[in-house]
Amino acid sequence: MEMGWRWDFTYEILPQMAIATLNTILAAGVGYAIALIVGLFFLLAQRTPSKIFNWVNREIVEFIRSTPLLIQLFFVYFVLPQFGITLSAWVCGMITIGLHFGTYMSEVYRGALEGVSKTQWEACRALNFSTIYTYRRIVLPQAFPIAIPGMGNYLVGIFKDTPLLSTIGVAELFHAATAVGGYNYRYLEPYTLVGIIFLTLSIPAAMWVRKLERDVNISQGKIKK
Amino acid sequence: MNEHGITLLLGTVTTAKVLVCSMVLYVIISMIFGLMRLSKNPVIQSIATIYIEFFRGTSLLVQLFWAYYVLPFFGISLEAFTAGVVALGLNFGAYGAEIVRAGILAVPKGQWEAAHSLNFTPAKRIKRIIIPQIFPIILPPAANLTVELLKATALVALVTVVDLTFEAKQINSITWLSAQCFGTALLIYYIMARFALVPFLRWLEVLAARKVGKEKI
Repeated sequence: MEMGWRWDFTYEILPQMAIATLNTILAAGVGYAIALIVGLFFLLAQRTPSKIFNWVNREIVEFIRSTPLLIQLFFVYFVLPQFGITLSAWVCGMITIGLHFGTYMSEVYRGALEGVSKTQWEACRALNFSTIYTYRRIVLPQAFPIAIPGMGNYLVGIFKDTPLLSTIGVAELFHAATAVGGYNYRYLEPYTLVGIIFLTLSIPAAMWVRKLERDVNISQGKIKK
Repeated sequence: MNEHGITLLLGTVTTAKVLVCSMVLYVIISMIFGLMRLSKNPVIQSIATIYIEFFRGTSLLVQLFWAYYVLPFFGISLEAFTAGVVALGLNFGAYGAEIVRAGILAVPKGQWEAAHSLNFTPAKRIKRIIIPQIFPIILPPAANLTVELLKATALVALVTVVDLTFEAKQINSITWLSAQCFGTALLIYYIMARFALVPFLRWLEVLAARKVGKEKI
C-alpha cells in the first residue's frame, strides 16, 4: 500500500464527496427545521395548566437530553419496524435529530422567554393587551434576540452531528467517505477531506452566527457599534 | 434478555472507564489551552486559537475515525480505547478551553490589580489568586459539557471499543430484540447521567463555592 497523500486519488473522489456534501447540508437543514418546530411543541407542553403534564414533559426532555443521539438513532431505526412502521433511514434520521435537538431548542426558547422581564408582562396586563397581542408585539420581539445565539449554535451543532446518520445508512458525507475508503482501502484522503469540508463550512457558519448575534444586539440598542 | 445482562454491565464498566479517562484528559487540556488562549505572546495565543477552532469546527466522529483509521498511515497505531479517549479528550478540551478562558475573564479585575499591587509573580498570581476563583464560575458550564461527554462516549463504539453501545448493538444483531436492548442501553445512560454524574458535578460545585467562600474570610 502506498504511503503518503495521493493527489490523483483526491481528485478522483472529489466529485463524489461534493455530492455527498450537499446531502449533509440538506440533512442538517431539514433536521434543523424539524428541531425548531419540535422545540416549540416541547416548550408549549411544559407550559400547560396541568402540573403533572408539565412535569412528565420535563422528564421526557431530560431523558432525551441526557442519552446519546447515536443510540436514539438505533432505537428509532430498529424498533419502529417491530411495530410495523418501516421508515427509510433518511426519515428515521430526520425524526431523531429533530426530536433530540428539539429538546435543546425548547430549552433555548424557555431561557429566552424567561429572559424577558416580568414587568413587561405586568405592563401589558395594565394596558389590557390580550395574551396573544402581548406575545406577538411585546414578549417575542424581546425574546428573539436572546434566543439567537443558542439557535445558531445548535444549527452548527446539528451540522456537526450529521455524520452519525451514516451509522444507519444515510448517504451523507461521512458515509460516502467510509464507502470510498473501504472500496479503495485508503482512508487517509477521504477522512481528511471530510474534516476539511466540515471546517470550511462550520467555521464561516459559526462566524455568521456571531455576527448575527451582534447585529441583533445592535438593532436592539443593547450594544453600540 | 437475562443472559445478556452481564454483557451490558461489562459494557457499562467500559463506558465508565472511557468517561473517566477522557474527563481527566479534557480537564487538563482545557486548563492548558484556556490559559494559552489568554497569553500575550501571539505565537502561543494563535496555537491555542487554531487548536480550538480546528477541534470545534470538525465533527467528533470524523476526529475519532481519523485517529483510528488514518493515523496508522503515519505510522502511529493507537489501540481503539486509546484512540477513543484521545479524540474525546482533544475534542472536549477545545470546548473546555473556551469555558476556562471565559471563567478567567470573569474574575473581577480588582483581584488582578490586588495581586499585582501585592507584587505577586505572574505565575503565583494565576496559581494562587485567579485559578481558585474560576471554579465556581466554570463548573456549571463544565458540568453541562461533561454530560455531553458521557453521551459522546457512545461514539467510541464505532471504532470497535466494546462499550455499552457496542454491546447493545451486538445483542441486537444476535437477538433482534431491538426495543429491549436499545431501550435498556438508553436507560443505563440516563441513570449514569442523572443519578451518578450530575450529582457528582453538583457536589463539586458546592465544594468549589464553599472553598472560595472560606478563603474570603
